[in-house]
Amino acid sequence: MTTTVVAETVRVRATPEERRARLLSVIYFLLAVVVVMVFARGVEAGEQATFGLSLPRDRFTDLAWTFDPRLLAYLVAIGMVVLGGWQLTRGFGSKTNLVLGLAMVAFVLSFMGWAAAGQSFSMVGMLTSMVVLSVPITLGGLTGTMGERVAVINIGIEGQLLAGAFAGTIVGSIAGRWIGLAAAIAIGGLLGWVLAVLVIKYQVDQIISGVAITIFAIGLTSFLATRVLGVNQDLNQPDRFTTINVPLLQDIPVLGNMFFKQNLFLYVSLVLVVGLHFGFFHTRWGLRARSVGEHPKAADTLGINVFRVRYQNVILGGMIAGFGGAALTLGSTGRFEEEMTAGIGYIGLAAMIFGRWKPFGVLGAALVFGFSRGLQQKLGILGTPIPSEFLQMAPYLVTMVVVAGLVGRARPPAADGQAYIKD
Amino acid sequence: MTVGPTFRDITGVGTRLGRSLLVPTLALFSALVVGGFIIAVTDVDILRIWGSDPGEALSQTLDSVGGAYRALFQGSLGSRRALSETLFAATPLILAGLAVAVGFQAGLFNIGAEGQMLMGGMVALYIGFTFDGPAVIAIPLALIGALVGGAIWAGIAGFLRAYTGAHEVITTIMLNFVALFLTDWLLKTSVFQQLGRADPISKPVNEGAELPRIFGGDFRVTIGLFVALVAVVFMHWLMSRTSVGFQYRTVGNNPDAAKYAGMNVVWIYVAVMATSGALAGLAGSNQILGLEPYQGSSAFSSGIGFDAIALALLGRSQPVGVVYAGLLFGALTAGGREMQGSERIPIDLVVVIQALIIIFIAAPALVRAIYRIKGEEEGSSQLTSGWSA
Repeated sequence: MTTTVVAETVRVRATPEERRARLLSVIYFLLAVVVVMVFARGVEAGEQATFGLSLPRDRFTDLAWTFDPRLLAYLVAIGMVVLGGWQLTRGFGSKTNLVLGLAMVAFVLSFMGWAAAGQSFSMVGMLTSMVVLSVPITLGGLTGTMGERVAVINIGIEGQLLAGAFAGTIVGSIAGRWIGLAAAIAIGGLLGWVLAVLVIKYQVDQIISGVAITIFAIGLTSFLATRVLGVNQDLNQPDRFTTINVPLLQDIPVLGNMFFKQNLFLYVSLVLVVGLHFGFFHTRWGLRARSVGEHPKAADTLGINVFRVRYQNVILGGMIAGFGGAALTLGSTGRFEEEMTAGIGYIGLAAMIFGRWKPFGVLGAALVFGFSRGLQQKLGILGTPIPSEFLQMAPYLVTMVVVAGLVGRARPPAADGQAYIKD
Repeated sequence: MTVGPTFRDITGVGTRLGRSLLVPTLALFSALVVGGFIIAVTDVDILRIWGSDPGEALSQTLDSVGGAYRALFQGSLGSRRALSETLFAATPLILAGLAVAVGFQAGLFNIGAEGQMLMGGMVALYIGFTFDGPAVIAIPLALIGALVGGAIWAGIAGFLRAYTGAHEVITTIMLNFVALFLTDWLLKTSVFQQLGRADPISKPVNEGAELPRIFGGDFRVTIGLFVALVAVVFMHWLMSRTSVGFQYRTVGNNPDAAKYAGMNVVWIYVAVMATSGALAGLAGSNQILGLEPYQGSSAFSSGIGFDAIALALLGRSQPVGVVYAGLLFGALTAGGREMQGSERIPIDLVVVIQALIIIFIAAPALVRAIYRIKGEEEGSSQLTSGWSA
């Protein structure tokens, strides 16, 4: 008895890094077990899976990848074991998250091989819908990033998206799609301004302001959808933005369908991601904005107008969300439905955290979340026993894992969420 | 900038109910005025006459707004049946509002009441259709199940906050969605799903587990109202008369002081979230056991978990205040149904009014500016600060 007690007290506690490394290697080993037990043994010997890599109207048709999912699963499992061992003994240093990400891609690939065993599955269709679904998530995430980089938490993204979607539809039906788009951006900016006034001028709690904006937008758009659109169906039929094919690039297999046969909204999102990355990290404007988010007092002392920077960013963020809302109507079905955002704004918030408050991170996270949404739509076709609800949960679970610091710690701007009061 | 007065300013923690009634009253009034304006400008038929006959348009607008608010009043307080509808709607609102208020008192922002309602409700539902026995056993058993279900679900967020520093605002939002999809899935499993249905609709609970109606017949208010009132009294006692409540409030006022005083802050976070979630779970059970058709369906919490935030703010985070706020929102909901039925004004207007109430209450400076009230010193009304603890 006594010896155990002594052993307990002498034992040195592991540092967080050591604990994390151990946890990660356990994860790799568990994934290897799942891959062997489910994905490899769940497929009959000799059964082939086919991933379609082209669509009927492409320049290069009939591209496909046919493979043995059992073989793939065993290869992936061996890889996982190697990674787990390496993680435990040597570690990957700064590449830890990259390796984990690649391992996840391999895992998902093996999963899809298992799901598609004995069938043919349009991989390119899946990847294209991933990109389409990621657009509003990216824009929502950029909205959040714009705010939090200057220390204003915007939890009203959902409401701003919804308002943009509504304004885009109704104005677009009356005055054409371009004016509709402008209206969507304007209404998003207006709600951004409301948020800015509440949190900057009146120093209202940022979470409460955001929640109130979302509830307000849900209530008002649902009210108007019933009261106005319900009676005037012609106000819910705007012209939509059609596909713009990029010459030459559209003929690249797979990538052409994913990125170069899309509408305005994807192209603008990509430009925004690159532009904001450059703006935040390579210009004076970005340095000033970030300093306001990290240490407003120091920024103020250096002559930066903290309030003005915050107003600008939050309003611009709202405009991005309004644009994202228009993507849901003018860039998609064209019809507004009550509460049609269905949590996309919150997934955008999650993408911001998962993407570590960086534009490219947001894009990457949005693609991951878009993938899980796309997969959930396609899995029904393949008839897998995995309920679609679990895939729908995935983005939210991943975000909880990230904020809990299980897979690397996400660090927000230092002054995030705090009102600035000038002395 | 200190945290003490700012916290009190917005959540009303530590203020007396009587003294703090001014801002809520003005907030309600302002919200109703804006709501009337929204009704006026969205009536397409009347908008068309403004150009030709402004006098007629004005009188029609006043008629339309007046009619709407008359229906709102009639449907909430105008008859015995209306009163019963108000109490019926107030029951889950009081419980959910209480859940968020407890969190506020301890400095935690529980946005997850919606998900906790779903999980609590699911446990109550399961007990409700599996346990076949007399009501005196079935009802308490289902309610206790709901308490436990909600407490565990919220406890996850409390646990993550305590051990990893993950902010409860993020985790509870995420848990809401996880709960939503989890219930959708559960309701489609053979355990829950009603025979012959393809959509997420559960079997109805056994008759013994249905909450009896207080007045019987058409009056829908159930004994769930008494459950809610007991919860209010219990929470009032717990928060202001026991050492547990003292610890909760101390952590809310100053976590560092609580730590130096020897309180186990880590466990208090978990306990507070669990207490809050238990109340939300109880609210969820009311949505299963307390209304026809006594079965589970997709998103049966129907947004009450979000209304709860407004309720807690309006009730100044005091258990008794939440009762008043719950009755008010219950009246708005019951009246809103009447307004939708007889005046064809969509009930979503009530949601808009609730959002406006939140904004006006959370920004006392805004209300004071509108009505030119000379206020006490104005603190920043901040509850949360950033995602990292």
